[in-house]
Amino acid sequence: MQFSEVYLKEVANCYHCGEACDRVDITAEGRHFCCLGCKTVFEILNENNLCAYYEIDKSPGISQKKLDSEKLESAVKSRCSYLDDNQIINSLVSFSDGNISVVNFNIPQIHCSSCIWLLENLHKLNCGIIHSEVNFLQKSLTVKFNHNEISLRRLVELLVSVGYEPQISLSDIENKIKYRSNRNLYYKIGIAGFCFGNVMLLSFPEYLSLETHLESLYKQFFGLLNIVLGIPVLFYSASDYFKSAYNGVKQKTINIDFPISLGLAVLFVRSVFEILTGTGAGFIDSMTGLIFFLLLGKLFQSKTYDALNFERNYKSYFPISVTIVNKGIESSIPVSKLKQGDRVIIRNNELVPADAILFSSSANIDYSFVTGESIPVQKVAGEIIYAGGKQIGGAVEMEVIRTVSQSYLTQLWNKDTFIKKDENRFNSLVNVVGKYFTVIILLIAASAFVYWYPVSLRTAINAFTAVLIIACPCGIALTNPFALGNAIRILGKNKLYLKNASVVERMSKIDTIVFDKTGTITQTGDANITFNGSVLNSYEQKLVKSLVRNSTHPLSGRIYDALESNEILEIKDFTEHAGRGIEGSADKVKIRLGSALFCADNNKILNYPDKAGEKPDTRIFLTIAGSIKGYFSINNIYRSGLEEITSALNENYSLAVLSGDSSGEKENLTKYFNENTKFKFNQSPLDKLKFIESSQLNGRKVLMVGDGLNDAGALKQSDVGIAISEDAASFSPACDGILEASSFGKLARFMRFSKTTKKIIISSFVISIIYNVIGVTLAFQSEISPLLAAILMPLSSVTVVLFTVSSTNLMAKKRGLV
Amino acid sequence: MSVILVLIGFSLLIAASFLFAFIWAVKTGQYDDSYTPSVRILFDNKTINNKTINNKTINNKTINSKNINENEKV
Repeated sequence: MQFSEVYLKEVANCYHCGEACDRVDITAEGRHFCCLGCKTVFEILNENNLCAYYEIDKSPGISQKKLDSEKLESAVKSRCSYLDDNQIINSLVSFSDGNISVVNFNIPQIHCSSCIWLLENLHKLNCGIIHSEVNFLQKSLTVKFNHNEISLRRLVELLVSVGYEPQISLSDIENKIKYRSNRNLYYKIGIAGFCFGNVMLLSFPEYLSLETHLESLYKQFFGLLNIVLGIPVLFYSASDYFKSAYNGVKQKTINIDFPISLGLAVLFVRSVFEILTGTGAGFIDSMTGLIFFLLLGKLFQSKTYDALNFERNYKSYFPISVTIVNKGIESSIPVSKLKQGDRVIIRNNELVPADAILFSSSANIDYSFVTGESIPVQKVAGEIIYAGGKQIGGAVEMEVIRTVSQSYLTQLWNKDTFIKKDENRFNSLVNVVGKYFTVIILLIAASAFVYWYPVSLRTAINAFTAVLIIACPCGIALTNPFALGNAIRILGKNKLYLKNASVVERMSKIDTIVFDKTGTITQTGDANITFNGSVLNSYEQKLVKSLVRNSTHPLSGRIYDALESNEILEIKDFTEHAGRGIEGSADKVKIRLGSALFCADNNKILNYPDKAGEKPDTRIFLTIAGSIKGYFSINNIYRSGLEEITSALNENYSLAVLSGDSSGEKENLTKYFNENTKFKFNQSPLDKLKFIESSQLNGRKVLMVGDGLNDAGALKQSDVGIAISEDAASFSPACDGILEASSFGKLARFMRFSKTTKKIIISSFVISIIYNVIGVTLAFQSEISPLLAAILMPLSSVTVVLFTVSSTNLMAKKRGLV
Repeated sequence: MSVILVLIGFSLLIAASFLFAFIWAVKTGQYDDSYTPSVRILFDNKTINNKTINNKTINNKTINSKNINENEKV
């Protein structure tokens, strides 16, 4: 007995994926594998001299266990058959000529250096592949291949066979994978940096007050050269600021880019004027330097999570093709061509693409994408299966009753929320400040002009331009990118990945937090199995464990894991009654496990009344030798850290919990949430969206925390939508941020940190305004020298950058986020 | 002194050549992926190639001998 345990612990970790092996009979070349799938991958690699894969990282492979039952060649083949369709090939391939095609795949399984190595050595597996390159951060693979030698379908099948199945979804077909990079920003920074450096060199005589020694020829020459170098910086590198300011004015708002553009334009015009008339050296050095720093700030802020996708809608979840049966002939068609009345075949782990009526006798539908609830629901023939469910088990047949876009779930996306654009929904603090700032500066500049006009027009113009130049809000403009950019990085280290910098600011304004229940505050995958009834002795446990071992039903697996027994008995006469239960006998004892009706008559079940927190439909009754022993029930487990979060958030936020389930769980929830919390049960996806909408109409700023597709509407509607995911790279609906489940307990700290960040931004504004007041006072007196400008402007920028970065780091440390 | 004009011309030219080198680097995608190349460079093509695992590796022996020991205990 002990032997088997020791044996399992010490020896049998799968050589391919590192998972513990529960079977010891799967071996190849003296290596143990957890499943046949892993073994197959190993054999393919071994045959092709690619076993270095296992030496770069230990057990790098992707577990093939879940695919085992459908790993059969034919299943994979028919699943990929849509890739023979020319229309689909054309929309997937990014480049193609007579022989060579280039295609880009998303492969979320990429996780270590062995993956990179193997995927870049694909050409050793098939000579039709010319070159393959991995982008690790984007988890993508670009393959250049000769399509006369290997078809796209063969290529995908090859990737599947080594365990790296590309994720090809409906949205890839409709819009090609966008090339995300900020190359343009790099060009702009490069040019600004180059010109800035050279202008500084040419301005050196000014800084050292050597200009009096300089012959006028050189003065003229340096000045002209400065103008030439300034032109590309102003018109190319800084073009985004002008565009943004122009767009703002067009929409009758003044954003922070307006005073910046104004300052830059005045700087340039005045410099050109001074240089050409020989009255001064101009401020081209300040201008180029300012633009260079602003662009660096932009680069800092543009930190994005390449591998994560925040814009997913149902199209990213849905497969491209589906198998339909017409007069007994199976063929695969694109999902978009699916019509009402089509008979579709859904295999193990495939998604139901449209609402359909089940034709096969029974199906196990896992709605975890939709509701977050991972326990599959048993459906019997004639029931409607909503799109988004995943079949677990054998292939089933169903008839489509609504097209993909008309289905219950996908209809959500036809709502206005999904059509209107994100922009302008939020007025950033910096733009509010910028608006007042611009007005005040223009007033000051005008009064300087009026004040000096009696002296001379020339002095008046000088004072006017000097105010605009010195007041250019570079400090304010740099605050946002550095404070928010740094905050995003800190949150990212704590596994909260935000879409962009403005989310941090929006988080700081939140006053209402809405949680989804299933899958968000309860744990996905893990459920607590308890047995209610007479206590099972070890022999009875052994019997039950042996029985469930024969069943493929997911609940059987849960019960199997929950029971402690090391010995397995042989089960005779095992039968599985779909939708009802399983039975069998061992040692001549008959065991039945299943629904109440399957196991006992109604009178006996009355002995087991409903309990709080239990779902009646997840009760599994047990009879041994004809007498009812009790039932297994599956209870939700709340995520660890929930208590910490709710006790911290109860004070400052009004909370709400929305659930698609019945109210049975309310009693348990009130342990965590205080009496002011709103609870709503039996909520449809649309109800959730409406709930958020109505709170917003009451002036609330709402944070929604959800997980499944059924929360997608609410996530989109809310001011900040955060999706919880066990693994950030896997599926999550469109949202503003993805929170890894392991960091759920830190949510309250994240909220506090966002508020702190906002305070830091305000303090930084104060600092840069103090600089501006000093500068403007000097400028008002009409005398600013290029030297003063060259010192004051960078100094204020550097102070602001140092202040924001160091204080956000410090506060993160204080909040325990570093 | 006019030699300074020539020198400045040269210095600008040299600086510009670095700028173009930078632009070329961005254009050929060297700034698109800042992580993968750092891993890729560590793969040693010559030693890593042609490694096949067969029955007679040392690892295998240790596994087998463990089996035997365990069996004896039982």
